[in-house]
Amino acid sequence: MSILVDERTRLCTSGITGREGTFHTLRNRDYGTNVVAGVTPGKGGQDVDGIPVFDTFSQAVRERGANTAMIFVPPRFAADSILEAEDAGIELIVCITEGIPAHDELRVYNILRKNGRSRLVGPNCPGILSPGKANVGIIPASFFSAGNVGVVSRSGTLTYQIGSVLAQRGFGNSSIVGIGGDPVPGTDFIDVLDMFEADDQTELIVLCGEIGGDAEERAADHIAQRISKPVIAYIAGFTAPPGKTMGHAGAIVSGSHGTAAAKAQALEQRGVRVGRTPTQVAEEAARLLGG
Amino acid sequence: MDLLEYQGKQLFARHGVPVPAGRRATTVQQAVDAAGEVGFPCAVKAQVQIGGRGKLGGIRIAHDAAQAREHAQAILGMDIRGLTVRELWIEAASQIAAEYYASIVFDRSAKAPLVMLSTRGGVDIEQVAEEDPGAIARLHVDPLLGFQAFHGRRLAFEAGVEADVVRPVGELLARLYEVFCSEEATLVEVNPLIVTPEREVRALDAKVTLDGNSLFRHPDNAALRDPSAEDPQERMAAERGLTYVKLDGDIGVLANGAGLSMSTLDVVAEAGGRPANFLDAGGGSRAEAITSAVEVILSDPRVRAVLFNIFGGITRCDEVARGLIEAFAQIDPSVPFVVRLDGTNGEQGRELLRQARLPNVTIEATMDGAAARVVELARTGG
Repeated sequence: MSILVDERTRLCTSGITGREGTFHTLRNRDYGTNVVAGVTPGKGGQDVDGIPVFDTFSQAVRERGANTAMIFVPPRFAADSILEAEDAGIELIVCITEGIPAHDELRVYNILRKNGRSRLVGPNCPGILSPGKANVGIIPASFFSAGNVGVVSRSGTLTYQIGSVLAQRGFGNSSIVGIGGDPVPGTDFIDVLDMFEADDQTELIVLCGEIGGDAEERAADHIAQRISKPVIAYIAGFTAPPGKTMGHAGAIVSGSHGTAAAKAQALEQRGVRVGRTPTQVAEEAARLLGG
Repeated sequence: MDLLEYQGKQLFARHGVPVPAGRRATTVQQAVDAAGEVGFPCAVKAQVQIGGRGKLGGIRIAHDAAQAREHAQAILGMDIRGLTVRELWIEAASQIAAEYYASIVFDRSAKAPLVMLSTRGGVDIEQVAEEDPGAIARLHVDPLLGFQAFHGRRLAFEAGVEADVVRPVGELLARLYEVFCSEEATLVEVNPLIVTPEREVRALDAKVTLDGNSLFRHPDNAALRDPSAEDPQERMAAERGLTYVKLDGDIGVLANGAGLSMSTLDVVAEAGGRPANFLDAGGGSRAEAITSAVEVILSDPRVRAVLFNIFGGITRCDEVARGLIEAFAQIDPSVPFVVRLDGTNGEQGRELLRQARLPNVTIEATMDGAAARVVELARTGG
């Protein structure tokens, strides 16, 4: 198995007619993802390289059975697009868009949680790849093959870095999940850790965190209590100064809160190995898996 | 985006949060005129984004025009922890019977706004939180419900505010919540929130952080950004659409993606070096963006060596190589470069660099190797 996306995924892209939306949707389809539709209001009836475009998500669900949405619209329209997908009954919504206002994210998160119908992954994330099955998002799939390492990360390129070192050691992945670098991610480490714990393909979990917030600390507690599979962690931002946003809206040390050192310590105290460099993480993973 | 005190107070006033009357001044004469308008005694307050300015002489009380002039002269141009005072806020001095603390923060962990109230105002609240956490009443507000009158009462009673001001304090919290939501703030803090001898409740200070991502909906707030307060490299980078943060070392760093960029800084530090900056060239970086980024990095005179660490996903390494070659054609850097290109079109990128035979450019195969090399070059000067 794998988690979140696989052969059953029926993808619909919001913003499919935009430059990035078209490019990545077609890349996802080339990889083998079952892309069934796109949504761009006002462009219903057109197609993007054979993929039918609808005006609304409800049409895409009704006529093409879409069950997964990928959001590629600009930040000011993204919250509305997520809510539209949820309203149409889409189960999994993957939001790639970066720069969504924080209060929009707060509202969307709380509405989705209250309704309990859909899962949001992102925003500001690279998406989800289940090698050999489906790719939803912008992860460059060619570096990854199917295997037994599950990866969950707040950062895209850092994931590729760790994944490529693992691949050089001969290991592949069950799924790679980018939860995104924003302050209010729809899905957090704990959600994904539980999914990997329940996934029989996954034998080792790599958790890739960064400064800001307390998601890594909460994940550390959760691992100690609920996760039986080995977990190796990496935290980016040891050298980040307080009060500066390091690229991701969520990556900021506020006063003494959210530092990389505190996160690494919380994880290590609960028995999670924390690599100091991406290479160390991959080497430790290889060692645990007997590579 | 952090606002200055007076900018925060102007937002407060717009939403009915009571604040003392005040005027802004950027010259001594303006300050004297402003003091005459608000009346004496008045407070002459340095406008800088840093706490503790009162203790450093940045807030002084004037009892007449001559004192107002004297204080304005002393404070304008003053250095407060590295920040030069360019603006003053002149406001009517307040009589204080009690000092409270109030704030609303964007609580990422709870995914809800957190409202806090304490009767231990006017002091460092982090210290209060540490020594006596029970002295701060806290309440998460369901963002779909909003702030209700009972929230205000509950906080006021739990914090132990004096009985006769429970209602106005609750009302003020409701107004602050309105500021928080309608201006899309991530922090609204009032310290101190005062009660006057006449039992009026007022915000004597204002600390407001606005969400930069929401400014497209708030053009008035977007105009409050003060580019002169920013670091020259950071300003230059912002104008070019790059994400750059100045650090205090001597190794210029460029990577792609926020996580890999942060990680690169860590790996450089691990190798014994000190990064001069964070620079995320972003996803899908084109050659022009790379050229532009090199200019920003090299505009910092402390940079002694530069590290490029690219793992191409959407970003294509051949584009990065082309950008670097173009940058060398335009700038002719005098410091050594170490380049690691991996991922999408990595081999093409490395081949382009080899053919270009750029002086002072070393190609390294791994992130760790590149970091070690750049640290060595920064030390020896290439």
